[in-house]
Amino acid sequence: MNLFATFRIAVRALRRNTLRTLLTMLGIIIGVGAVIAMVSIGNGAKAQMEARVASLGQNVIQVFSGMSSRGGFRGGFGSSGTLTREDYESLRREVSGVNGASPEVRSFAQLAYGNQNINSQVLGVGADYVDIRSWPLAGGANFTENDVRNANKVALIGKTTAETLFGDSDPVGQIIRVKSAPFTVVGLLGAKGTSMMGSDQDDVLLVPYTSAMRRLSGDNTFRSIMVQAAERDSLADVQQQITELLRQRHRILDGRDDDFIVRTQQEIADFATDSAKIMTYLLGAVASVSLIVGGIGIMNIMLVSVTERTREIGLRMAVGARGRDILWQFLIEAVTLSLVGGIIGILLGMGGAELVSKNLGWSTLVSPESIMTAFFFSAAIGVFFGFYPARKAAQLDPIDALRYE
Amino acid sequence: MAGRLAVAAVFAGVDSSFCVLVHPVVKLENFAKTYHTGEVEVHAVKGVSLEIQPGEFLAIMGASGSGKSTMMNSIGCLDRPTSGMYLLDGVNVGALGRDALADLRNEKIGFVFQGFNLLSRTSAVENIELPLLYSRQGITRRTQRERAENALALVGLGERGDHHPNQLSGGQQQRVAIARALVNHPKLLLADEPTGNLDTMTSIEIMGIFQDLNRRGMTIVMVTHELDIARYCLRMVVMRDGRVVRDEPVNDRLAAIDELQKLKQEQQAVQLTS
Repeated sequence: MNLFATFRIAVRALRRNTLRTLLTMLGIIIGVGAVIAMVSIGNGAKAQMEARVASLGQNVIQVFSGMSSRGGFRGGFGSSGTLTREDYESLRREVSGVNGASPEVRSFAQLAYGNQNINSQVLGVGADYVDIRSWPLAGGANFTENDVRNANKVALIGKTTAETLFGDSDPVGQIIRVKSAPFTVVGLLGAKGTSMMGSDQDDVLLVPYTSAMRRLSGDNTFRSIMVQAAERDSLADVQQQITELLRQRHRILDGRDDDFIVRTQQEIADFATDSAKIMTYLLGAVASVSLIVGGIGIMNIMLVSVTERTREIGLRMAVGARGRDILWQFLIEAVTLSLVGGIIGILLGMGGAELVSKNLGWSTLVSPESIMTAFFFSAAIGVFFGFYPARKAAQLDPIDALRYE
Repeated sequence: MAGRLAVAAVFAGVDSSFCVLVHPVVKLENFAKTYHTGEVEVHAVKGVSLEIQPGEFLAIMGASGSGKSTMMNSIGCLDRPTSGMYLLDGVNVGALGRDALADLRNEKIGFVFQGFNLLSRTSAVENIELPLLYSRQGITRRTQRERAENALALVGLGERGDHHPNQLSGGQQQRVAIARALVNHPKLLLADEPTGNLDTMTSIEIMGIFQDLNRRGMTIVMVTHELDIARYCLRMVVMRDGRVVRDEPVNDRLAAIDELQKLKQEQQAVQLTS
């Protein structure tokens, strides 16, 4: 007996009791739908993280000033200022295979223009900064090495900040007040979007780090230094060079901990996506439970079906069906149930993911892998939970089955 | 004309075996069947020897518990003998496994049951095709449909192929079941109380179909407990307590056509008097 004929018998048997078939499928539909929706939400979060890390720039290494561990108290990245201007300059001089480098000095300040004012993040950076972060200018020009050396009061303005202060008019060439010091806006930054931590990267003012240190923050150390390696393959080498140079400059003896942290972009990315991955697994696992419940539902209804159709099984055997034919018939019936349920579930899950991203604004990502996995998993559930009832049917004695009331 | 050809096709196999005439269709030798229900052994059939030649029309009779159902199941290859030998068309049934028994039933036996056993919500033609679905000969879909339609025409229901069982009367359902039993060109037609669920008139009609088939060469074995029905057969075997107590030709044989005629006249007479 061929597979196609068996399939037709299975479909007919399922159509004979439409309501029951639909209810049985519902378990699988909900299970698969939940898995698809949950995993795509998790994947979306992960993809968003990755995009944000990528927005850091290409082949970027970040050096954070040390973890202070004085008196057993550990601060976070950049909590104690161990990176000096001299460290930065020797790093630029001595480390090879580097495209550019820029320190980062962070402060918040009140910006004012006309009768508008706003509290915004002011970043003191080097002239390389916008290149390292592949941050295009929407207007004007970057400030120069000369501006940095002379601590000129020039600034690049972020898109959000510019819109708040200037509305639709062009900010380039205007003078704004940063903590009462007048800064000339020389360039308008293009849009960059949200950062890894979820803050708006466009709400920012970039000024030469020299100006920031002298006129705004008063710090004389850097929170972090950003270095761009020339090639992806040289990342580890550059990382090594930086570590050695800084240990030497800070006179750290062998066996002592660094008072700084060097992280490649990949390491930062891994850290950020790990949490998203864990979330994906967790959501997936919870949803899988409902899939297994759906499978048990299939097994239950198949057992009922085998009992109900005992006489039919007896008749089929009497006219020449082998045990294997009966086994296949019920197995294919179970797999058809779970597969059709799975396909509906996949569509529903995709719709659900779409709905979530539309209404809640979460980014979701339905990957072909998760669809394939859900498809084959639901088939496997049909086989797994359908096998026992099918075998029970196949092992019936034809005489008893024919006589069954 | 098409119906006539179909009939010829159905019986082609039987005709050729007539020419050779080497072995009986059924040959039981010292056949016994014992069941174990818990601690108790039930000797359902105790050493029966029986031969059924091609073209015979045999009735197995007996009270319930006489062993006639067990005989029927065993002849139908639904079961194997506990001891003794059973040759179906020359094949030793006792030596076969489950799958081989299924194949043998598919090739050589057609079943007709008391309760019709048609698949509900399935058209008559598709019901008849059922044995062909399990055939190992790789019959094409088109041939399956042709053979099913021919078989249906043979029992006089050619126009009702797409009717479902619940749209057919009991007699019509049994005709469909007979067509299903014939569709695989069997060597032996086995009928288990085929008229048990039918009224007198319909019973006679069904017996008429059996007589017709037998006249064209089909070997038929029928189990019944009604003497009236057994009288349409050619030979009668009576069982009691697992043994054959009588095995004789039917002397006062009834012809279904005549009986039907009589019955109709009686009914008319009743109608006229009332």
